[in-house]
Amino acid sequence: MRPNLILHVIAKFIIPMIILFALYVQFHGDFGPGGGFQAGVIFSSAIILYSLVFGLRSAEKIISEKWLRFLAALGVVIYAGVGFISLLLGGNYLEYSKLGSNQIAGQHLGILLVELGVGITVAAAMLILFFAFAGRGRE
Amino acid sequence: MIDLIIDITLLTFLAITAVAIVRLSNLFATVMLYGIFSLLSAGLFVVMDAPDVAFTEAAVGAGISTVLMLATLALIRKPNESSYIEAPQTHLPWLPLIVVAITGSAIVYGTWDIPGFGAADTPAQTHVARYYIEHTLEETGVPNIVTGVLASYRGFDTLGEVTVIFTAAIAVMLLIGGKRPKPEAKRDEEEVQDEA
Repeated sequence: MRPNLILHVIAKFIIPMIILFALYVQFHGDFGPGGGFQAGVIFSSAIILYSLVFGLRSAEKIISEKWLRFLAALGVVIYAGVGFISLLLGGNYLEYSKLGSNQIAGQHLGILLVELGVGITVAAAMLILFFAFAGRGRE
Repeated sequence: MIDLIIDITLLTFLAITAVAIVRLSNLFATVMLYGIFSLLSAGLFVVMDAPDVAFTEAAVGAGISTVLMLATLALIRKPNESSYIEAPQTHLPWLPLIVVAITGSAIVYGTWDIPGFGAADTPAQTHVARYYIEHTLEETGVPNIVTGVLASYRGFDTLGEVTVIFTAAIAVMLLIGGKRPKPEAKRDEEEVQDEA
């Protein structure tokens, strides 16, 4: 790939802001628009932008396919795990109220963990899709 | 008033983009216009006070799916072929017009039964939506009702959605994932072995 100075500088400037925005959308989803799904997609778009500008090989150095597979499964495990913990604490499946000392605290913790699981799985799944498509033409 | 002007502008741009997508034969330009179409739809969702949906539409429709379609375009393009040649037309030229006219009139007929935009007495507003609006804050402590419904009231559905995305990633990995070192030579060998 021909190096392009302007693209490199702008991408390096923008990518941290995209990641920061993804984290904001992730953890501010209770109060503003957003949530795990949108945050995961925004986070993955930052790494996809990096991969488009700096090449697929550099992007795979940041996060390898092995880690992505692990993370995609981890998100689902976090989500389902919250359900099982609330079962063990004497509630129904995914009944967050049992997680905290009172209902509001339990709901807060439950929603936070569940959204985190959604975000991790979505970000990893989007990157798996992109790497699978983009890496296929490579011998 | 300002909403109306923005609505009309966005819908006009949507129509122009749709016509341009139909008329263009260059796949690269078509993919770009798909992205613009999604971005305009996201703008419409913002005007309709649905920022969560607009967020998803802008991120997935305009961002990720455009990138994935471009990656697919790069895969299906043959190396010595400079542009994409459209397949020759095999049907009569007025056949699509008839199909579009029938489908379009059916859809327009269907819209006669749709309640007015934002009408309060529709079944969608009177059943559980009312309960969510009145109780989400006191029951979950979450000011954003959309997040409260998605993560708490409809937690099972969201778990299912996450599983669907996870399954999609697994399916793509199984179908086209992994590195394939020698495409032609190895495949021929394997076929010979299979026949033997």
